Amino acid sequence: MEELLREYLPILIFLGLAIGLGLVLILAAVVLAVRNPDPEKVSAYECGFNAFDDARMKFDVRFYLVSILFIIFDLEIAFLFPWAVAFKDVGLLGFWSMMVFLAVLTIGFAYEWKKGALEWE
Amino acid sequence: MISADIAIVLPEVFLAVYAMAALLYAVYTTKDKAAPALLWATAAVFAAVAIWIGLSGGPVQTAFGGAFVDDGFARFSKVVILLSASAVLLMSEGYLAKRDLLRFEYPVLIVLAVVGMMMMVSAGDLMALYMGLELQSLALYVVASLRRDSVKSTEAGLKYFVLGALSSGLLLYGASLTYGFAGTTLFSGIVQTAQGGQLPLGLLFGLAFIAAGLAFKVSAVPFHMWTPDVYEGSPTPVTAFFATAPKVAAMGLFARVVHDAFGGAVGDWSQIIALLSVASMFLGAIAAIGQTNIKRLMAYSSIAHMGFALMGLASGTEAGVQAMLIYMAIYVTMNIGTFAFIIGMEKDGRPVRDIRALSLYSKTDPTGALALLVLMFSLAGVPPMVGFFGKLSVLAAAVDGGLAWLAVAGVIASVIGAFYYLRIVYFMYFGEETEALDKNGSPILWIFLMGSAAAMVFGVFNLFGVDTAAALAAETLVR
Repeated sequence: MEELLREYLPILIFLGLAIGLGLVLILAAVVLAVRNPDPEKVSAYECGFNAFDDARMKFDVRFYLVSILFIIFDLEIAFLFPWAVAFKDVGLLGFWSMMVFLAVLTIGFAYEWKKGALEWE
Repeated sequence: MISADIAIVLPEVFLAVYAMAALLYAVYTTKDKAAPALLWATAAVFAAVAIWIGLSGGPVQTAFGGAFVDDGFARFSKVVILLSASAVLLMSEGYLAKRDLLRFEYPVLIVLAVVGMMMMVSAGDLMALYMGLELQSLALYVVASLRRDSVKSTEAGLKYFVLGALSSGLLLYGASLTYGFAGTTLFSGIVQTAQGGQLPLGLLFGLAFIAAGLAFKVSAVPFHMWTPDVYEGSPTPVTAFFATAPKVAAMGLFARVVHDAFGGAVGDWSQIIALLSVASMFLGAIAAIGQTNIKRLMAYSSIAHMGFALMGLASGTEAGVQAMLIYMAIYVTMNIGTFAFIIGMEKDGRPVRDIRALSLYSKTDPTGALALLVLMFSLAGVPPMVGFFGKLSVLAAAVDGGLAWLAVAGVIASVIGAFYYLRIVYFMYFGEETEALDKNGSPILWIFLMGSAAAMVFGVFNLFGVDTAAALAAETLVR
């Protein structure tokens, strides 16, 4: 128990330091900074003209769909790359495992294509 | 070697290939028009695979270096999961078609969820455990928000997703601690580290976090918060599915982790599970009293029932696992019947979920009311019904396992819980005069309602042999 806790001592010191330093930096701004607010200073600044609307705006869910689809195929590449580099060592089992994986992914791709997820309108 | 492994996981591979083929077939042909046929085909495939697995006996086999275990326990759970999924699919067709929700993705997603559940109950490795759990959960998040233009349904899906992600986080943290201290993710390796009385502190933390993650999935108190909202928001057939197959899978996974991976430290996890059990039974019994929405009421009812099933597990014995399996099989049968009734609750073609609308239902439909009366008595655990024998077996297991206090608490909780089941019966027979509900028109729902009620009455003779099968299953898990 003692032994185990001692192993974690560096983490405790690190946590203490992080919290302490963070507090000092935030509190320093409160104590030291000169504050003299007026309406112009506290309003939102948008390069040269008044802000049009709220910063929280809705945007089309289709962007979300496209980014999700992009991530799936991007990850596929991230998975393919080490496989290709280690191609000599993975053997026949490794080759066919990846083929099965790609086949499953292709089925997903065919589905989304036919379903119309790739079309904007 | 690899072909031997594939042979062991053949049912799962078959279902996965079926799901992909069905997806491609439907999207390249008539799309949603193919959905009813696909739904029936899927239900038939589930039943066929259940028979296939049920008939394949044989010794304990492991595949992929121990990551996948095929034993009697896994087979029992898989048969229950497949049959209940098949029943729920058949029950959902009419309801979904009427509300234009019958998309061809629905049966496909259910198949994928079921493959995940089959992985869960067969997991022999923390990695396989997580893979099965996520495959199940991701498919379930999507079906929860099947009615995507309804605020309640999307809320249900989102809430389920966020809390499911939180529970996965807890579980993974526990798994990483376990791996760090045991040096392996294989259950058979972890159990050796955990052997011999004192569990290392890190493994104890790992066990507690894994138990918390799994408690989310079985919706045990204090990890139950998502259940009523998700049950209420999801389309009713999906709620019926949530209340049956995933509960069996999560409970099976729970039993597998505590026995296979932490079998040497029964005293440690028994306390955790006993606490979850007593809290679930009481919260489920008390919180449901104020509910008027029958789907929320069934959510609290399922929380209470999970408490009873966990009681069997808490005893830490072979009899306890057997009692848990019997309880889950009975629970699933009762819930299929009850949800067959709830799906059919309509007035002028629109679904009604208020229990007061059941007033004097016995005059509209005497047989339907009688069947629901039997199911409610069985859910409450009133003696002549099968539900009582489920409760009896877990209570007996708890007393034999030295947890008499838990059994006493369970009896008290079930008496409190009986109130709200009996109140439904009261409304049906002695309620005030209101506009009557429509008579249940769908023959499929009627068959499931009557079949389930009949099973609750005629099962008292020998429980249809479920207890023998459960005993064989428990024997392979607890060695």
